[in-house]
Amino acid sequence: MARRYDTRTTIFSPEGRLYQVEYAMEAISHAGTCLGILANDGILLAAERRNTNKLLDEVFFSEKIYKLNDDMVCSVAGITSDANVLTNELRMIAQRYLLQYNESIPCEQLVSWLCDVKQAYTQYGGKRPFGVSILYMGWDKHYGYQLYQSDPSGNYGGWKATCIGNNSAAAVSSLKQEYKEGETTLAEAKSLAIKVLAKTLDMTKLTAEKVEMATLTRENNKTKIRILTAKEVEQLIADYEKKEAEAEASKKEKQKS
Amino acid sequence: METLMGVTFRDFVLIAADMSNAHSVLLMKDDEDKLYRISSKLVMAVSGEAGDTTQFAEYIAKNVQLYKMRNGYELSPHATANFTRRNLADYLRSRSPYFVNMLLAGYDNETGPQLYFLDYLASLVKIPFAVHGYGGFFALTIMDRYHRPDMTVEEGYDLLKKCVREIQKRLVINQPNFKVQVVDKDGVRDLPPITAKALVLEEVK
Repeated sequence: MARRYDTRTTIFSPEGRLYQVEYAMEAISHAGTCLGILANDGILLAAERRNTNKLLDEVFFSEKIYKLNDDMVCSVAGITSDANVLTNELRMIAQRYLLQYNESIPCEQLVSWLCDVKQAYTQYGGKRPFGVSILYMGWDKHYGYQLYQSDPSGNYGGWKATCIGNNSAAAVSSLKQEYKEGETTLAEAKSLAIKVLAKTLDMTKLTAEKVEMATLTRENNKTKIRILTAKEVEQLIADYEKKEAEAEASKKEKQKS
Repeated sequence: METLMGVTFRDFVLIAADMSNAHSVLLMKDDEDKLYRISSKLVMAVSGEAGDTTQFAEYIAKNVQLYKMRNGYELSPHATANFTRRNLADYLRSRSPYFVNMLLAGYDNETGPQLYFLDYLASLVKIPFAVHGYGGFFALTIMDRYHRPDMTVEEGYDLLKKCVREIQKRLVINQPNFKVQVVDKDGVRDLPPITAKALVLEEVK
């Protein structure tokens, strides 16, 4: 029955659903995980790297984290080729604004413009939606540090901490438990990101080559964007494992006594 | 044939425009308003081709208001000045260029008062004081001599009066009245216009 309504994006099913959009969301829930955490003194994005074949030529240092302009960075989950089209569009939107006003585009405006494009692909005929969810982190003078998430449907929202991609629901619920509102520093956010990723990714041991992480801070009235080196990620993972081991040890101690 | 003047101080900007409207050798009007309010803390003084001035100023003003409605916050004076420049530059290279000169006086909550000079060739400069038109021959020298950033509104107003007095004394063109506004952290306010009549009365005293 469903097949009659899911061949074209622009057709509602009798229950009032748009199957193609839902399938696009489904595609994303199999993609590599991305998470973002807002802190008081900055903001970060972390992403799971899937293509870790040693034969792969390392042309790109980062696979899924893209710089959009001086004040914004995004990370994508979904079909990579679709994502390339969208990041290109994002950069164009940001540059058009810069050309018109000689000022960086405010974060929400960039997200909103892109979501207009995404929405158009769910309504106009003969097209399929973009199979991409995006996390954006940025800074603007109106609202300071900001974290946004957008869907294939063209919906978007602002978050304090969120996650997209594989197993994202579990990650969001553990972020909800662990995130301390208004008192998180960037350093704490980094270790929280590693902790949540380690729990979310279904592998026995988290390695630095599986994770990429970027931070965005303000220094001397300028936005500073940094992609963490493999060494720094390794250190974060080591710290996390040490803490876990200690927690485990003290637990055993308690059981004994 | 028209004069626009603008001066920035530590925490406000003064902007003045003559109120005459001349066609050829005829003075049609001496109470014209050439100061356009663009947003809550931004005023644009416009001179140039009659018709172009109103059309262009309103186009910019409405677009800045549209931006505010769409986004819930206003464009900064810096962004507005660059937006105006971009539009003027694009029209300059089209089949229907606007012949307008402008001064933009604004107050930015973060960076304070600012003044932008923009001419019909779309060159934009941010400066402490500026004049458009023949009045500049006299006004600029006076501002150069007497302007201090720490002046009060009264002292700034007197500085403008000094300029107007000289323009009316030495310039062949008749510009009897000047409309004056001040832009500061509280927004835009009218100051009493500087008129030839009032200046004469002052001299008698």
